[in-house]
Amino acid sequence: MLQTNTRTAAPLVSLTGVGVRRQGRWLVRGVEFSIAPGEIVTLIGPNGSGKSTTAKAAIGVLKPDEGSVARKAGLKVGYVPQKLSVDWTMPLTVERLMTLTAPLKRAEIDAALAATGIRHLARAEVQHLSGGEFQRALLSRAIARKPDLLVLDEPVQGVDFSGEIALYDLIKTIRNTTGCGILLISHDLHVVMAETDTVICLNGHVCCRGTPQAVSRSPEYLRLFGARAGQTLAFYQHHHDHTHLPDGRVLHADGSITEDCRPDDGRHDLLPTGGRAGPMRIVHTHGPDCGCGQHPAPGGEAGGERRDA
Amino acid sequence: MLDDFFIRALAAGVGLAITVGPLGCLVVWRRMAYFGDTMAHSALLGVALSLLMDLNLTLSVFAVAAMVSVLLLLLQKRGTLSTDALLGILSHATLAIGLVLVSFMTWVRIDLVGFLFGDILAVSRGDVDLVWGGGILVLFAVVRLWRPLVASTVNPELAEAEGLEPERARLVFMLLMALVIAIAMKVVGILLITSLLIIPAATARRFSASPEAMAVAASLVGTVAVVGGLFGSLTFDTPSGPSIVVAALALFVASLLTRPRPALRQGDPA
Repeated sequence: MLQTNTRTAAPLVSLTGVGVRRQGRWLVRGVEFSIAPGEIVTLIGPNGSGKSTTAKAAIGVLKPDEGSVARKAGLKVGYVPQKLSVDWTMPLTVERLMTLTAPLKRAEIDAALAATGIRHLARAEVQHLSGGEFQRALLSRAIARKPDLLVLDEPVQGVDFSGEIALYDLIKTIRNTTGCGILLISHDLHVVMAETDTVICLNGHVCCRGTPQAVSRSPEYLRLFGARAGQTLAFYQHHHDHTHLPDGRVLHADGSITEDCRPDDGRHDLLPTGGRAGPMRIVHTHGPDCGCGQHPAPGGEAGGERRDA
Repeated sequence: MLDDFFIRALAAGVGLAITVGPLGCLVVWRRMAYFGDTMAHSALLGVALSLLMDLNLTLSVFAVAAMVSVLLLLLQKRGTLSTDALLGILSHATLAIGLVLVSFMTWVRIDLVGFLFGDILAVSRGDVDLVWGGGILVLFAVVRLWRPLVASTVNPELAEAEGLEPERARLVFMLLMALVIAIAMKVVGILLITSLLIIPAATARRFSASPEAMAVAASLVGTVAVVGGLFGSLTFDTPSGPSIVVAALALFVASLLTRPRPALRQGDPA
């Protein structure tokens, strides 16, 4: 990988045992990960699994009720929220949206809009954009301010498949040229951006983590999505050994039911760093920080491919 | 020639219209019209307290309006009732307590209609100074906090993530609203303050390409409404406060009949 060496730098943000509780219910608990400069971390998980909550805790929008979040001093964040609607009563052009949180130079605005391919929409009102165009505008806004950490909550929602590939390409380019860290939330439980260094699957807690590269190179995948997509998207293949019931309790594979689901409740097979093996299959390429904890020895991620089973 | 009292009324009205333009836009964008109404209604409680305890009227109205907004913030945090219902409770509770208090004070003769609908033709030189002094203060604060205010209107979490402290902006916004209501009460009265905030902003929307342009346009529309309303009230011998609101409404209706500016449609897909 291009940015391997930069990842030895101090993390931009690191979460330790983070939990967020709302109205007596833990939205998410025991979350641990960090993002280094140049690293792409993707959060996946079913609806209500705490992806957005985790991202908000990472950038300080939500205060965690337990655990801690350490951010680099003066960390500059570029944020694309999951939901953003501009009331039609506010006249807001794409151009003006760009300078929403900080002033920018004309050239910086043009460059960011050109990067996402919507320069022709600079003077359009945001309320008139299509879903995909609006996502591009939000992404332009977030990258224009040259952040240290880019947090993208489902940035490709409403974007068609080829547009999705183009946007992921762009995110990769941004990472490679600016060296910023990226926290990406994927709307798809199984397909993630191929450049992702670490995939973290959440379901109220960290279910599993790994890197997705190996799968994206598999012949079955390439046949399904084509070689072009293979460079951009990857499968993250896994299944869960427990189900979260509607009432908040947890049904385990052995048929038992518990009140909640903690990595240390003895019902999950534990790996040293909190990653998990057992019935869950993580197919990934190992690297120095793939997070699975099983292969501490440093090595080229693109090289030593091995498969967990 | 125009009489002195009419000149003073014009000066106070125009000063107020310019001040409330940007705040009115924020109220419209944030869908806080009912919030403005609630704070305005609480002004009567401020009036009653000022009479009861012999306090400065403007300060007392400001204090009560500010307290109501803080109370709303606290109740919202508890999250048991919708903001809508909370506003309904606070709005009419404060108005009713104010009216009850006033009725107890048999020793003061109070011109209730004057407070409810305003008496701009009776403003003193001191009132004019207050409107302009307070107005300059409000505008200065709004200009300084404009970016966080607009950004947190679009999305508070985005503003927070990118370091703009939306909570502080929101608090300052509420204090500015309380100040404007305290100032505006004499000009258009408690019941009509919200209209002076909202109608010019709504009118300006159709002619504006940016939030900033809309804020300035709202001030201009408000100014035209004040001048038009005052001359109308002079000509037709109608009450001045309501006349200003009717003039603003006429401008709004006229704006509905015009075509939106072409740039509005530029971004239309296809």
